This record gives sequence, structure tokens and C-alpha cells, in this order.
Amino acid sequence: MSKMHIHTTINGDQVDFLGSPQQSLLDALRDEVGKLGTKEGCGTGDCGACSVIVDGRLVCSCLMLAAEAEGAEITTIEGIADGDGLHPLQEKFLEHAALQCGVCTPGFIVAAKALLDRDPNPDERTIRYWLAGNLCRCTGYDKIVRAVQDAAEQLAHPA
Amino acid sequence: MAEAVDYRYVGTSPVRPDGVDKVTGRAQFGADQNLPNMLHGRVLRSPHAHARIKRVDLSKALAMDGVRAAVSGADFPAVESGEIGGEGGGDVADIARNVMARDKALYHGHAVAAVAATSVEIAERALEAIEVEYEALPPVLDVLEAMAPDATLLDEQCFTKNLPEKPDKPSNVASVMTLARGDLDAGFEQADVVVEGEYRIPMAHQGYIEPHACTATVNEEGKATVWCCTQGHFEFRAMTSKILKWKISDLKFVASEIGGGFGGKTVVYLEPVAVLLSKHAGRPVKMVMSREEVFRATGPTSGSVCRVKVGAQSNGKITAAKAWLAYEAGAFAGAPVMPGAMSIFAPYEIENFLVEGHDVLVNKPKVAAYRAPGAPQAMHAFEVALDDIARQIGMDPLDLRLANAADEGTQAPYGPKFPAIGFKACIEAAKKHPNYTKPVPEGAGRGVAAGFWFNIGMQSSAEVRINEDGTVIVMEGSPDIGGSRASMGLMAAETLGVPYEQIKTYVGDTESTGFCNVTGGSRTTFATGLAVVQACEDIIAQCKSRAAATWGMDDDQVEWQDGQAIPAPGVNADVKPLSLADVAASAPKTGGPILGRASLNAQGAGASFAVNFGDLKVDPETGAVEVLSFTGIQDAGKAIHPAYVEGQMQGGAAQGLGWALNEEYIYDANGVMENAGFLDYRVPVASDLPMIDTQIVEVPNPSHPYGVRGVGETPIVAPLAVASNAVRDATGVRINDLPLSPPRILAALSGE
Ligand code: FES
Ligand code: FES
Repeated sequence: MSKMHIHTTINGDQVDFLGSPQQSLLDALRDEVGKLGTKEGCGTGDCGACSVIVDGRLVCSCLMLAAEAEGAEITTIEGIADGDGLHPLQEKFLEHAALQCGVCTPGFIVAAKALLDRDPNPDERTIRYWLAGNLCRCTGYDKIVRAVQDAAEQLAHPA
Repeated sequence: MAEAVDYRYVGTSPVRPDGVDKVTGRAQFGADQNLPNMLHGRVLRSPHAHARIKRVDLSKALAMDGVRAAVSGADFPAVESGEIGGEGGGDVADIARNVMARDKALYHGHAVAAVAATSVEIAERALEAIEVEYEALPPVLDVLEAMAPDATLLDEQCFTKNLPEKPDKPSNVASVMTLARGDLDAGFEQADVVVEGEYRIPMAHQGYIEPHACTATVNEEGKATVWCCTQGHFEFRAMTSKILKWKISDLKFVASEIGGGFGGKTVVYLEPVAVLLSKHAGRPVKMVMSREEVFRATGPTSGSVCRVKVGAQSNGKITAAKAWLAYEAGAFAGAPVMPGAMSIFAPYEIENFLVEGHDVLVNKPKVAAYRAPGAPQAMHAFEVALDDIARQIGMDPLDLRLANAADEGTQAPYGPKFPAIGFKACIEAAKKHPNYTKPVPEGAGRGVAAGFWFNIGMQSSAEVRINEDGTVIVMEGSPDIGGSRASMGLMAAETLGVPYEQIKTYVGDTESTGFCNVTGGSRTTFATGLAVVQACEDIIAQCKSRAAATWGMDDDQVEWQDGQAIPAPGVNADVKPLSLADVAASAPKTGGPILGRASLNAQGAGASFAVNFGDLKVDPETGAVEVLSFTGIQDAGKAIHPAYVEGQMQGGAAQGLGWALNEEYIYDANGVMENAGFLDYRVPVASDLPMIDTQIVEVPNPSHPYGVRGVGETPIVAPLAVASNAVRDATGVRINDLPLSPPRILAALSGE
């Protein structure tokens, strides 16, 4: 099968890769680009483990073709921390014990980042509905919601 | 009750040692292992729920470009029957036939053949080229129909076990069991009220977010290395060894990070297949299940029919209780009906009871352990019946439970006398809880139920190594499924008397650390924790004797306090205390590296009890149920890392509520699951749930140095009956069966 040359920016780096026409962005990220932090829980758009931000929009990378990412700017979990340290969301997930097994965590952090980028002060209901596309089977969501609330707080009032 | 002890590290909730890697995407899960030259394996699965396999022809697939190996049942050795594994194990001959069908396909999705190819796409096309000739047989899908004397048989060699005499005819009932005490008839005669009911719950899946995955590589010497997500890499190694008839020393298993298991990753599916494909191909083989395969072909928990009859006096005293349980085992024997039977009455002191359990074969996937396996189904039935008793005699449901609660010295229905347990303490805490003393919100109903799990001990090993600078490595073999590395580090810090940050805990592979049974049965913090504590005590003994040698004293003249060696009280010596770092620095002169170890078969895992209650609201138009609030109260013995204990309670509550309200396997008449995806098998999402309130009760387990009881499984048990009882309270209509999905609620409300 002939491959396509796809040009993207991933976490600020220019990344070109060869992808097949059928390949999902998720498979391309994992298999061609080596960004293994993005997880597959279902492959059908139902779990959010594969969440990435494409041109400012939160997407399930399993539902998008790699070819559709031509020219796009993509943020994956590997791009959330800024080199100096963790992003407040990452810190608060750790402090609140908002992960147990941790396989859903990259998706939740990326999705929560997309939320806080557009709504820096979401209430509990907004957080719960925004994150309703991300499944977590371990935590019951309580500590995740608190971590997001606390991270929003910290972003609004940095210590 | 034992006195509360002040600890420095135990009982705090620091960040877990593997945390940063898990929030940055670095942590390596099952599907994240790639090797050079790697092939991709896929499995061909039976399109029939029940069929004889007449012929499998791999030749066309093998002839395809890019296909490097193909196997079917004929490529696997015949395996002798024998028990294997802890929680979630079973007969290894059955596990072997579940991994790859031989003469019969026993459920839709049963593995029939597998291929390894240079890409997933080629592997999938190769599956289509495999020729299989089936003789379809009628599927047996309903547990009661399966028990009928004239039912189609799954296994002509299955003769019901534990009957007084060996039956002369085979049956789908693999085994029966009975637990009894006292005089049932006399007990029911003393009763003022009797409640009787039948309660049905369909199969449900653990629903871990990470599908099963493994990568295997076999070298030219015939030595395999397997990376996989597993709750127990030592037991996966043992199962693979038995299924392939390979020596254990030829198999190295590395546990990746694990994306949830809840009991479902205690048994092999892919690993022996990947090893065999890799051996045939001479290249590494990676296999990852799709979500659909996870639903169709890995072990959910049993669907069940439970019949309960309970009698009580008007003062609430239970005089007699009877239960009849039939659990679906799926394709092979081994439903968790025994733990269901042992747990159903466990929270209560009941003089007269009888439980009969049935382990029943049906053409559905072989069940695997699921969090407190077997207990939620049976205890749902009894806790619902108790709710009806409370209503009939006009008693508060917590008072009814208190009037019958098991306590220290109560003889458990399954035999032993309980040591100190926390059930009464949980009930008392519930009665005082602000969520219980506040009125039920307008239009909602409140449900109450008890939860219980035995917990297990089993085998664990741990090693503690002191680095040259006094930092500490804890090495153990229990896959960390929910933060257990942090708990190990806390217990090591407390025992050694050094800061938590000075310690790093690792989960070793099967060649770098000693044997550990599965992370299951809520055993890890208890049993592996015990091994870590003992390995630290070994370190302390060695440090003391090195300090004694340094100071020219006898070993018993030295004490270990706050992380340093000091002269024992009364020993007159002008010496400076030696810290762990000091002892480590002088180790080359005092006998070399400092290495502590312990291995054990832990006894005395303390039972864990819980009381849960919640306020639920029913929309009479749509039948949808909203959870307004939910409170879990549970005895943790001692919470080593309280935030992760709360997390277990909250996560278990969410799973239990999902099971109660929505989750079920839906089958068509041919035995094909109709909802094999997260869109239609609907687990709770964030917007379905409120915050889940928790209260940890601490009645220390006398068999653990810090009083630990396992906490992971009990939380899923009570929510099923909490939901049923709350819906009854809200609507005035009793619905016995689960899930309480909108169509079932609407039907019940309209009197159907
Ligand atoms: S893997 Fe994309 S939504 Fe589940
Ligand atoms: S922490 Fe395990 S699925 Fe969310």
C-alpha cells in the first residue's frame, strides 16, 4: 500500500511522517511518530484515552485519519509539561491521587487542558460534562474532578 | 479495640513513585512495547456460540505474502487437568482450551486460530484466508435452561461434582455446593415475617480501559521473554509453562504498567499464543486485543439467578435464611459461586441457614474474577430481602443490620470465628453520618446495604537494598494497579525510620524478584506489604550488627530508632548514632552490600466490611435514575495511604452503580453479544455521578504489623443493593432484577 507524506507540528516540533491512507491519527502517533503516551481504549471514539488537541480542538485521535492532520498543530500528553516542570493539571492529578491505574490519565489531562484553555473557571457540572467523553474505570471520577478544579484555581492564582 | 497508634509515614498520602511517568505519558503499558523486526498477531474467533470444529486449514493464510506464522488448536500440546493460579485461576486444561479451542468452540468469539504477519492489516486479511469447517450446535444461553435435565450439553464429560453419588448422566451443572447450620424449619417457625424472592443479574464486564496486550520474543535457544499487562506475571508464566509444556526457566515475564484489571487480568488469553507464534516465526510478535474482543472473549463475571428466603422476628432478629444460587460459569467450569455462597450471610450472626450453589456451563465467555468475585450477586439478593424485612417490621435498615451484625467471636457462615472486625463500627458510623441524618431529598429514595469481602493472603516476596548513599530500593513482584508502590514505600519508611522520599519501590520481573501471587483478592498491601516490612526488619537487624561491630559491642547492645543505630538503653558508650546512610557508607568495611529479603505465605488477611447508602432519584417519564449522593463507609484496618483507600472505595462504588443501573451483556438468540463496545455497554461517565463521599473506619487487623486489611474489593459489593433499595424507596415499587435500566424501570412503574 502506498504511503502518504504527512507534515505536522507536534508539541511545537515540526514532525513529518509517512502514513497509510487508512491509518488513524492515533495509530500514526503511536506507530509512526513514537508518541506512546496517547492510549487506545476502544478505537471507536467512546473512551477518550486517545484524546489529543488538533488546531485547538479536542479530538479522539482514533476517529481522525492521519491524513486529515496534514498541516495541523497537534498537542499530545508529551507536550503538556513545559520542560521546567509539570503543568498544574499534572501536579494536581498527582496530589489528589486522581489516577489509580493511570491508563486513562493522559486522555483526561489533555481533555482537561482543552477545557481550561477555553474556560479557565469551570464549575463542577461543566467539568463533569466536558469530561463525559473520557472513561475512567478506577477512580469514580471524584478525585479527577477535584484535581481539575484545583488546577483551575492554581492557574488563576499562581502561588 | 486496639489503641490508635501514631505513625510518621503510614497514614499519609504522598505522591506515588511512578506518578510523574503516569501523568506525562512516559509510563509503559501493555501495548507500548515494540521491538525491532516485530510481527503483529491476530486471532481468528468462532462465529458460532456452540459448534464442533471439524477442520482448520491454515495453508492459504500461510502462503500469503507477509504472513510468517499461523497456529490453531492442533499446534498446542494436550494439557492435563490441574488447578492453577490464585484468585481467577482454574483448571489449566480449561484455560488451555480457552486460549485456543480444540475440538469445540464454546462461545461466540472463542479463539480458533491465530496468525503473525508483518502488519496488522496483513494479519487481518490472513485470518479471512483460514478455512474452518464448523458443525453448528444449539447454543445454551440461559442458566436455568442449562440446568434442565434435557439441556444440550457443552461438555459430554462433565459430571456434576460434589453430589452424594457420582451421577450417571453428564450435565451442564459442573458442581454444586452447600453450606448449612442449625435447623432451618425451626428458624422459619420462629419468624414473625418472611420475605422470599428471586433476583436475576446478567453478565457484566470489569471494563478496564486498557485492552489485553502482550509482546513475546523467543530466541534461537528457545528462551522467551514476554511483556504483558497482567495482575500476576508469575502466574502468567506458570500458566504459559503448563499450556505450552515449557520449562518455567525458559520463560521470562515482564509486567508492564497495567491499565486496570479488577480480576480480569489474572488469567492468560494472548500470551501462550504470542510465544508459540514467535517461536514459529523466529521473530517478536505483538498482540493487542480490540475492545470488541475484550468484551466477547475475555472473562466477564457470572450472570446469576439467586433465590432467597429470610425470616425475622418483629424485633429484627433474623431467625432463618435460605439461599439458592445459580451462577453462569461461561464455557468452562469455575463460576465464583462458592465465594458467593460463603459471603451472602457473612455480615450477620444467623443461627439457621442453608445455601446451595450451582456452577453452570453456558455458551458464553468463561468468567474471570471481578472485584469480590461472586459476592455482589448473592449479597444483592440478601440485602434487598433484608430491606423488605425492615419495611415490613417498620425498622430502620441500619438498626436491622446492627441487630444481627457479626462481631469479634461470631462464627462466620463459612467456618472460622471472626477476630476483631469493623462491621458494627461501620454501621455506627453510618448512623451518625451527616448524609444519613439529613432528610432524603424531595422526590428521591434512600437505599442502604452492607458489603463484605474475605480478602486473601497468599505468597509474596520482597527485597530491600540499601544504596551506597543510604537511599533505599524496595523490589517486589506485585503489579501496581492502583498506587501500591506508594503503600510499600510508606511501610518501608515507617519500618526503617527514614523519609518516604529516600525510598523507591519497583515491581520486578520474574527474574529480578521472588515469586508473588497475583495482585488480587485485595492482598497486595496486606501480604506483599508484610513481606516488605519483614525485609526492612532484616535490614535493621543487619544494620544493628554492623553498628555493633563498628562500636565493638554485642548485637543486642544496639537499637534501631528513627532511622539510626544507637546504643541500647543502659549501654554506656560514647558513640555517635549511625544513620542508614552512615551504615551504607561503611558497608565495604563491615561485610559488603546491605540486602534484606523476606518471602512468606501470608495468613490472617482480615475480612473487610462496609456500609453504603445513597440517595437516588427516578425520572418517571424516562425511567432514568440519577444518583444524588453516595456514601461509602468501610473498615480498612489501617489505611496506609488514605487517598488511595478512598480511591478504591469511590471506584468500587462507581463500578457497583454502573452494574446496578446500566451494565449488562445483551445476547441475541444465537449467543452473539449485541453490545460489545463502550457505546452500548455503558459504564458510568463523569456526568453520571456525584462526588462519592467516603469514611474510613480503622479496626486494625491483628495479623498485620500496621493493621492492614485489604480494601480493594469490598467497595463494589453494596452499591447494587443500595441502588435497588433506593429505587424501591423512591418509587414504592420493588424491582428484583438488575440492571435498573430505563426500560426495566418504566415497565415496573407501569405495572408490567
Ligand atoms: S481509543 Fe479513541 S476514544 Fe477510545
Ligand atoms: S485510573 Fe484506571 S482507568 Fe482511570
